[in-house]
Amino acid sequence: MGKWTRRAFIGAGTLVGGGFVLGVSGLALAPSRHSVVSDDAAETGELTTWITVTPDNFVTVLVPHCEMGQGTQTALAMMAAEEMDADWNLVRINEAPALDNYATAYMARPMMPVIPTPFVRGVDYGTYRLARWFGFQATGGSTAVRGTGVYGMTVAGAAAREMLVAAAAARFGVSASECKAASSRIMHAASGKSASFGELAKAAAKISVPTSPAVKDPGSYTIRRTARPRRDIPAKVNGSAIYGIDFTVPGMLYAAVEIAPVYGGKLVSVDATPAESMPGVKRVVKLDEAVAVVADSYWRARRAVLALKPVFDDAGHGSVSSATIFAAFDTALGAAPELSAQAAQVITADYRVPFLAHATMEPMACTARVDGDHAEVWAGTQDPLNARSTAAKALKMNVENVHVTNLLLGGGFGRRLPFTFDYVDMAVRIAKAMAPTPLKLVWSRENDIQHDYYRPAGMARFAGALDANGAPLAIRSRYAGGGDGESVFMPYAIPDKHAEAKDAAHPIRLGAWRSVLNSQHGFFKESFVDELAHAAGKDPYLFRRDLLGDEPRFRAVLERVATMAGWGTPLPGGEGRGIALTESFGSIVGEVAHVAVAPDGTLRVKHVYAVVDCGDVVNPDSALAQVEGGIIFGLSAALVGEITIDAGRVVQRNFRDHQMIRLAAAPRITAEFIKTDRRPGGLGEPCVPPIAPAVANAIFAATGVRVRDLPIKNQPLVRNT
Amino acid sequence: MAITITVNGQARSVDVDPDTPLLWTLRDTLGLTGTKFGCGIAECGACTVLVDGRAERSCMFPAANAEGASVTTIEGLAPDGSLHPVQQAWITHQVPQCGYCQSGMIMAVAAFLDQHPHPTDEEIDASITNICRCGTFARVRRAIHAVVEG
Repeated sequence: MGKWTRRAFIGAGTLVGGGFVLGVSGLALAPSRHSVVSDDAAETGELTTWITVTPDNFVTVLVPHCEMGQGTQTALAMMAAEEMDADWNLVRINEAPALDNYATAYMARPMMPVIPTPFVRGVDYGTYRLARWFGFQATGGSTAVRGTGVYGMTVAGAAAREMLVAAAAARFGVSASECKAASSRIMHAASGKSASFGELAKAAAKISVPTSPAVKDPGSYTIRRTARPRRDIPAKVNGSAIYGIDFTVPGMLYAAVEIAPVYGGKLVSVDATPAESMPGVKRVVKLDEAVAVVADSYWRARRAVLALKPVFDDAGHGSVSSATIFAAFDTALGAAPELSAQAAQVITADYRVPFLAHATMEPMACTARVDGDHAEVWAGTQDPLNARSTAAKALKMNVENVHVTNLLLGGGFGRRLPFTFDYVDMAVRIAKAMAPTPLKLVWSRENDIQHDYYRPAGMARFAGALDANGAPLAIRSRYAGGGDGESVFMPYAIPDKHAEAKDAAHPIRLGAWRSVLNSQHGFFKESFVDELAHAAGKDPYLFRRDLLGDEPRFRAVLERVATMAGWGTPLPGGEGRGIALTESFGSIVGEVAHVAVAPDGTLRVKHVYAVVDCGDVVNPDSALAQVEGGIIFGLSAALVGEITIDAGRVVQRNFRDHQMIRLAAAPRITAEFIKTDRRPGGLGEPCVPPIAPAVANAIFAATGVRVRDLPIKNQPLVRNT
Repeated sequence: MAITITVNGQARSVDVDPDTPLLWTLRDTLGLTGTKFGCGIAECGACTVLVDGRAERSCMFPAANAEGASVTTIEGLAPDGSLHPVQQAWITHQVPQCGYCQSGMIMAVAAFLDQHPHPTDEEIDASITNICRCGTFARVRRAIHAVVEG
């Protein structure tokens, strides 16, 4: 990492005070986002913001996203290395540090319309400046490959190659068009001259970064589309990987907390005496919403905090429960949506899904040191720049005075996104009380389960109309608990489709949970379509397929997964198949669940088939792992996952009452990708939404019992006779 | 109190309160952070280590009970610079995602395969009960079979 000044930004005269004033001339005149490099870039071989080539001929790709097992860092480095024609064995991957210059806005690009080439540079630079101003370096929304990969790494790699080629051409005294890159070298065939990337890097770094370099035709890929082992895995099998909770700094103390059980509640009083007399305890620290015990070991801190009997208020929410929340949803939804009069058959149904916890395997943890007007923070986060702003705000410091080091995440799934850094906020406040002694805050599992930003509970009320031939005329729904255009979208050709949001506020703290609003709505809409198919007397797969004449991508996914699952072939009694199809984060996923329900109602999900159209697949085996993981994550929620509320507080405490499936309940999974040159979609999340409806639909096929409320464990599945 | 535990082949003397779980002794006293804290109630298995060759969930295993015992953590499962067959299979089959549960998963599987060199799927189901939130179970099963098949 080189030195940075603000020099690189003086050219951006159209950007005022961090604000965003960028006219048409600004779009055309803005500097290239890829040219934001340190002052000594030519010495250090920084070709672009994201790519450095060192004299040892290694390419280092800086990835501005965290690694939480989704394989992003390897995939993004592959995208850059592919365009460079680098030797994959000579590529290093580093996570971009939490510095303004690595703020990222590429995640916005997949959501934007196609931008005319002359304006790409301005849009990239403008959105980067916005991200920098907001302090945004997030990993979420399944955007890393389709955003940063497509619009950042691919362009950076291609630009770096052009710069290296130009440097080589100058060195060889030949035309650039006669030089070719391969295996981290630039070659001039006619003269036989060649030079390594490492030999050319300093000269290349002096060349201005091309704005619209030529990117490769997918047919010529040699790195992408081949299964490359993830670079983060070796350290994860020998104990050497350092997660947020593992970080240590000499002389640090440990903190354990008890937090107001009702969100928004405040600490009213606590007698610190019982803890203060316990061995190793240094101090009892009172926070607005919690009490912390600081000790010389975590165990001593935890044991001591449990000896306290803090009194918290309930913020006026002491009468809130899951029952009151769902009753308010029910009231907000009102009567079933009205349908046109000429329907031969009208079907109505209500669906409910509970709050869910992220339950990352690594509980929230953060180490911090506050020293005068400076602070240091170490944690695993999905956005280290936002963690920095959180810490700065809590400490009333300028963000420049706070340094955040992001470490590995023991799971994210949305729990460590921007504006969900309560654990960072808490750690720095305790560290301030202990300043300048460094301090590690570790949440207990009970803290973690009871103080999450929960997947919103939701309810939907559907009405559907069929004509005399069983063709659907309308699907109308109302929903409470959150939704958006993507999550309620249905690809089916039905003349009247309408989904209406209803408001029913409650005080439970909410966040984004892997697949965000699609996990609720995937279940609602694909369950209801299934109910319509059965009401029409039609096969649920054929019913869907016949409504996808105008949607060839959806139809191809559906047909492929049905074929793969042997749809329509006979099954033993008590077994059934269910199908579901959803699109989210730019990818289409079809899943078929094959279930067996024993006479006593015991459910076993035997096999799940998945077909995924996520565009061009960058790292196929790592992508497959996301399909498998998404299915299991969604299946845990469908079968056993729930957070319930009583007296304003979360009932579940730990993994005994907050359940997740284990190996014995994990189905076989067979998955494949649609082969396409289409640019990548997301993959971390899109395989979650179809699994709950696929399983519920399979249960109906097996038993005639319709599951309309999740989790499935709460409902007897004894067969209708 | 001072106790002596053999950890990864080395005798270590540690001074901890008698009720301190082995987990925190390993992590905070001995600096062996490969063993993970997941739940504190022996439900998830992220903290699994070997005590005299048996898989134990160290978050509820008092360090005092390990006095004189031989404890193996993920750091010591294979001699320096080498990999235990389970670790090798975990790389070959690209098992870990976030990886946080995998130290415990690997230790549990290593102990299990010592006892069941040719396990059935039913035996795997009954014995490997560690929680993985990322959902790596299909690969865990595949990698176990790969170890067995050599």
